[in-house]
Amino acid sequence: MAAVCNFPLFSIVLCLISGTGSAVLKKEAARIVNIVLITVCGLMSVAVMLYCAKYGSFTYMMGHFPAPWGNEVRGGVLEGFMGAFFCLIMLLSMLGGHKKLFDEVEISKHNLYYVLVNLLLSSLIALVYTNDLFTAYVFVEINTISACGLIMIRQTGRTLEAAVRYMIMSLLGSGLLLIGICILYDITGHLLMSNIRESVEALIATGEYREPLVVSVALMCVGLAIKSALFPFHAWLPDAYGYSTVSSAAILSSLVSKGYIFLLIKIFYRVIGFETVCGTKIMNVLFVFGLIAMVSGSVGAIRENDIRRMIAYSSIAQIGYIYMGFGMGTELGMVASIFHILSHAATKSLLFIAAIGLTDVSHGSRAFLDLTGSAHRNRIAGAGFLVGALSMVGIPLFSGFISKLQFMDAAGSLSYSKMLPSLVVLGISTILNAIYFMKTVLRIYTPAEKIPVNRAMADAPTVTAPSAFHVATGERKGINGLIVEKDRILFKEEAGYGIVILCFILLNMALGLMSTPILQAIRDGLSMFS
Amino acid sequence: MGPNLLKNYAEAISMIMFAIGFSNLLLQKNLIKKIIGFNIMDSSIYLFLALKGYIEGRIAPIAYDTAPKAEEFINPIPSGLVLTGIVVSVSVTALMLSLTMRLYRRYHTLDLDEISFRLKKEGR
Repeated sequence: MAAVCNFPLFSIVLCLISGTGSAVLKKEAARIVNIVLITVCGLMSVAVMLYCAKYGSFTYMMGHFPAPWGNEVRGGVLEGFMGAFFCLIMLLSMLGGHKKLFDEVEISKHNLYYVLVNLLLSSLIALVYTNDLFTAYVFVEINTISACGLIMIRQTGRTLEAAVRYMIMSLLGSGLLLIGICILYDITGHLLMSNIRESVEALIATGEYREPLVVSVALMCVGLAIKSALFPFHAWLPDAYGYSTVSSAAILSSLVSKGYIFLLIKIFYRVIGFETVCGTKIMNVLFVFGLIAMVSGSVGAIRENDIRRMIAYSSIAQIGYIYMGFGMGTELGMVASIFHILSHAATKSLLFIAAIGLTDVSHGSRAFLDLTGSAHRNRIAGAGFLVGALSMVGIPLFSGFISKLQFMDAAGSLSYSKMLPSLVVLGISTILNAIYFMKTVLRIYTPAEKIPVNRAMADAPTVTAPSAFHVATGERKGINGLIVEKDRILFKEEAGYGIVILCFILLNMALGLMSTPILQAIRDGLSMFS
Repeated sequence: MGPNLLKNYAEAISMIMFAIGFSNLLLQKNLIKKIIGFNIMDSSIYLFLALKGYIEGRIAPIAYDTAPKAEEFINPIPSGLVLTGIVVSVSVTALMLSLTMRLYRRYHTLDLDEISFRLKKEGR
């Protein structure tokens, strides 16, 4: 067996070890370990992807126990690609939010932040690579716990409340997922995905246990839908994304929910079989809720007056797009959904990180009125936000256009009853997207003579330190006494932040301009799944 | 359906318990009651799993002085899964309780709606 086959397990174990090890490291050391770890894991995933593209997929037996007994890790093109992509987004998010961390988290807790990020990375990689349903459940829980920690590490009332709400919804979801897995284990007698697949096919052929199978698929779908904040279960999302630290918000919106969705795709393709799932009509339920989410998330975003909460609401709509693609029940819809996962991850983290640059030059206020002209005060953040907004709306050249094109394409091949609603709602949602994103872009590019300082002070989300506001000098100190806000930020002062935004913009354009090989990789990966 | 339900009454009970726990976790306002609901929900799943692994008239798969044959044991995998699940639910419960403590120290109430209401009133 080639050395590459060890890489998935190796990266999971490496993340777990360095995660626990970071607890005793100094904050700077923990940061370096974190950055190196994410890079190494990303490179290993790239190696897995290249290996699988050449030699096909592989399964790795843990402890050399053969199939029905042992635990397995599986590598394929799509897994490797997803792993590498998740690592890239996480790396950029961590680098982009690094300076802001001093403002948001006490210095003594910085190494704990890196513990949580490392654990989150381990669980994401495990969700991507695992071939065992119960292992997937355990890592789903690790994912939940570390995501909850990422929300609450910034100790304000809002984040604590958001963390509790997030935790409650996640626990409901994982409870449903667990009972679904148990019922599936009960009727098939296996926990490994490929073995369950064989048993399910046998069950379908004999027609036995039809109802329990449908029930278990439904439970797993609903559980993972709750965890990834599909429409009726999204109440926790705006607070959790809007008030946590900027890196957390970027990671949570672009990676955590996507990890669950990727697990759901694996369940569809590798555990149950796509045709069987489509035959159970569960897809139609996902389809309807996806459509509602697309509209209601956008409406929520239009009504919002806080830039970060607005971006959070837009996430709900984008999750709706992904579930609508599932609900189409065709290969084309699935490919579109997976591409949208990539495009949304690249865009949403860019938006969060650009938004923080804009609020930094507006006295920390996130209200729209105070953001007037902020793109002129921080050019690079303004450019980042512009690109993110254009991509979300679906302007050619950026990734959002390709995903919308794919959705349209997939919708065109559907039966009449599904094609019409999906096309209509796609159109409505695009217009709504344009309304709130263009409103923001116009606002931040409108030149402001003078910011209404008093208003900015009243609205500013004050940090726990007693008002360390120096309006006269245009600087504000964070909880750790460092200057975190200025009236104006130039590129050369914030070179690191600027480079991160540039990387995001390039990534977005790469997804938009070179979509053919990526779409091909997704198709190859999906065909390797079964 | 009737005779099957009687035969599998324990599974039926575990599902009813799951529903009780689930609705408590979802609908209760009090955070401690929510956590209790979560524990009921998880316990019901463990009960279900343990029932699935149990085989009438066999013994627990642990070490004995005279090694029995594999045919004398119950299915050990669900037991292992239950153990893993218990570990997960203990850590989640601890996390939830610590969050509840922090919220209680800050707002002196366990009512989640009340906390949200006050946060809205503070306006941040």
